[in-house]
Amino acid sequence: MTTRDASSPGAASVVARGWGWRHGGRRLPAVQGLDLEIRPGERVLLLGASGSGKSTLLHGMAGVLGGDDEGEVLGELLVDGRPAAAARGRSGLVLQDPDAQVVMARLGDDVAFGLENLGVARQEIWPRVRAALDAVGLDLPLDHATAELSGGQRQRLALAGVLAMRPGLILLDEPTANLDPSGVREVRDAVVRVADETGATLVVIEHRVSTWLPSVDRIVVLGAGGGLLADGAPEPVLAARAAELRAAGVWLPDEVPWRAPARDVSAGRPLLTTEGLDVARVPGSPVLRGVDVTVDAGGILAVTGPNGAGKSTLALTLAGLLHPEGGRIEPSDELARGLRGEPWRWRSRDLLTRIGTVFQSPEHQFLTGSVRAELEVGPRALKLPADERARRVDELLAVLRLERLAEANPFTLSGGEKRRLSVASALATRPRMLVLDEPTFGQDATTWRELARLIVDLRDDGVGVVAVTHDDVFVDAIADRRLEVGAVALPSGGGAR
Amino acid sequence: MSIAAIRPGLPLATINPVAKIAATVPLSIVLVLTLDAVSAAVAIACELVLFTAVGLGRLLWSRRTLPVWIAAPLTGISMVLYGAPSGAVLWDFGVIHVTEGSVQIGIATTLRVIAIALPAVVIFLTIDPTDLADGLAQTLRLPARFVLGALAALRLVGSSIDDWRTLSLARRARGIADHGVIRRGLGQAFALLVLAIRRGSTLATAMESRGFGAPGARTWARVAHFGGREWVVIAVGCLVAAISAAAAVATGSWNVIWA
Repeated sequence: MTTRDASSPGAASVVARGWGWRHGGRRLPAVQGLDLEIRPGERVLLLGASGSGKSTLLHGMAGVLGGDDEGEVLGELLVDGRPAAAARGRSGLVLQDPDAQVVMARLGDDVAFGLENLGVARQEIWPRVRAALDAVGLDLPLDHATAELSGGQRQRLALAGVLAMRPGLILLDEPTANLDPSGVREVRDAVVRVADETGATLVVIEHRVSTWLPSVDRIVVLGAGGGLLADGAPEPVLAARAAELRAAGVWLPDEVPWRAPARDVSAGRPLLTTEGLDVARVPGSPVLRGVDVTVDAGGILAVTGPNGAGKSTLALTLAGLLHPEGGRIEPSDELARGLRGEPWRWRSRDLLTRIGTVFQSPEHQFLTGSVRAELEVGPRALKLPADERARRVDELLAVLRLERLAEANPFTLSGGEKRRLSVASALATRPRMLVLDEPTFGQDATTWRELARLIVDLRDDGVGVVAVTHDDVFVDAIADRRLEVGAVALPSGGGAR
Repeated sequence: MSIAAIRPGLPLATINPVAKIAATVPLSIVLVLTLDAVSAAVAIACELVLFTAVGLGRLLWSRRTLPVWIAAPLTGISMVLYGAPSGAVLWDFGVIHVTEGSVQIGIATTLRVIAIALPAVVIFLTIDPTDLADGLAQTLRLPARFVLGALAALRLVGSSIDDWRTLSLARRARGIADHGVIRRGLGQAFALLVLAIRRGSTLATAMESRGFGAPGARTWARVAHFGGREWVVIAVGCLVAAISAAAAVATGSWNVIWA
């Protein structure tokens, strides 16, 4: 039997010589002048400031940067001595977003997808699919719907899809950044087990060093100006380069970027109180029931719990965006300021000065073509005079270090800049209460520190903050109170209580 | 919920989707050729009997087919009001001329829409998109790159529905949801497009990194069978078309549109 299966056993090597890549349409290369050699079987943690081209390098190794129409290659990048694009099948790539890399509707079909593309014979496909799913610990039927998997399960599925192809080089681009803590452990353990069993070369990008530190034997740090900043065994690199790594936004092990000073004890007037609140994203299908919670002025409430527990839905309901399924929400006079009824009955414009919301994905809330215009949306809706608008916008641009980007299109910003802009645009109308959905999700330590300071400043100004979060460090270092919501068992069909 | 969701074990679910779609073609041709009430009425009767017999009766009367029952009479009424006038005038009001001829056309159109759309909806509900892709690529030999690309895109429709919902909430949060429904809707549609393109390009990278689009022959993990059962389904489709045509001819109501 002859197949085109390129995956021979054994770990792959990577060699970069003066390698670089310039995206089509960009003036400066994303990576340039890179010399790097990774020996077969090495496990490398790849670090660097945002914009240093870590992802570009990883995509280059996977051979998926595209042809001449997408950008320009400088120097050479070889996997097992062949150009990376020609060695596809030797490497497997897992990306950050668990939702965007599931190809097929059924679990088994998704794992089989890569094998089909490699031309593996049918009778050989299914045993390899089963073995790959076993290796990542996904003990589910082959016809299980991929849409029903949790984030951690989806990432393990992506890993299984890669693993079934028996790559000599496993490439992971922040595979755990979007997961809750149990999802992070689940995926990390699966990766380590797979690497142990296959001996494959491993290259992983991750801001939070502690997740991978025990499992890697080398750290490579890319410099912002091209080339390598540091390269070597983990402990010496971390010790010698701590200051530079910290400045580059890397989370060093067991470090908390910033801690909130103790809260002013005079705070604590309630802004919003709920009684037996049931919440639903889609009317008729409640995801969380019977929530009793109070949001205090000058307090930070962290809402935590596993993926799918209904945290975001609760937050959007508290924010007056979703209609509650049951129970009551009572705004205090300080919050309502003359308006009657529950917040979801208020007009959109009335919410602006009362409850601000920052969505999990900043892209969902961007409305305009420039950072400045984006910040002006709220003040304009409030019909503030032009000079007051300009004053507020300039102040926010300065506080959030976005002045340089005032005319930039919000969609072209980096992840951290997008996050800062989405928070700033909610603050422009000075709401009494701020609801944040995963404010620190996937952020590097620098952005984390800035957001944490900003949130605590708001708290000290008497704003009531609700933050949905998976981030244990945030809860520990920033939050005043914590509401843990569990995955509640609902009656089947989501019917009446 | 995604429209790419796995279909439950419905009757006919294991039949090659290519055969199921092919079976609806002959009747559609007959009903396009003639504009009369008899052929369509006979076809509907056959459809109701057949679908009930194979166990799809519940689907036939479920909410999923409701749009057909609503859209068909609406189409018919517009033909009654605005169709080419002929025969005795029953009611005249401005541009509206209700005549004996236009009422006949209206009834025939209503039945026609039901006769074509009903089996299309019911059969579509028994088709798993993955099976359809397998059928198109393996049975009809359409290019795998195209078929699988479309299949993956279909999976994104579910995410787009969620995106639309979130975009609406975000617009309320930004204070602009009180006025200008149409303008806001257009802006939101554009935002949805941007998000869909970004998601699509990530998915494309994920697919490419798993060897999609690499040169050389692709294999298929699943087999798309095309055997006796598939031919029976197609034969039944031809039979329904033949009975409908024969009934129309026998009752003298067969009228080819351009004749």
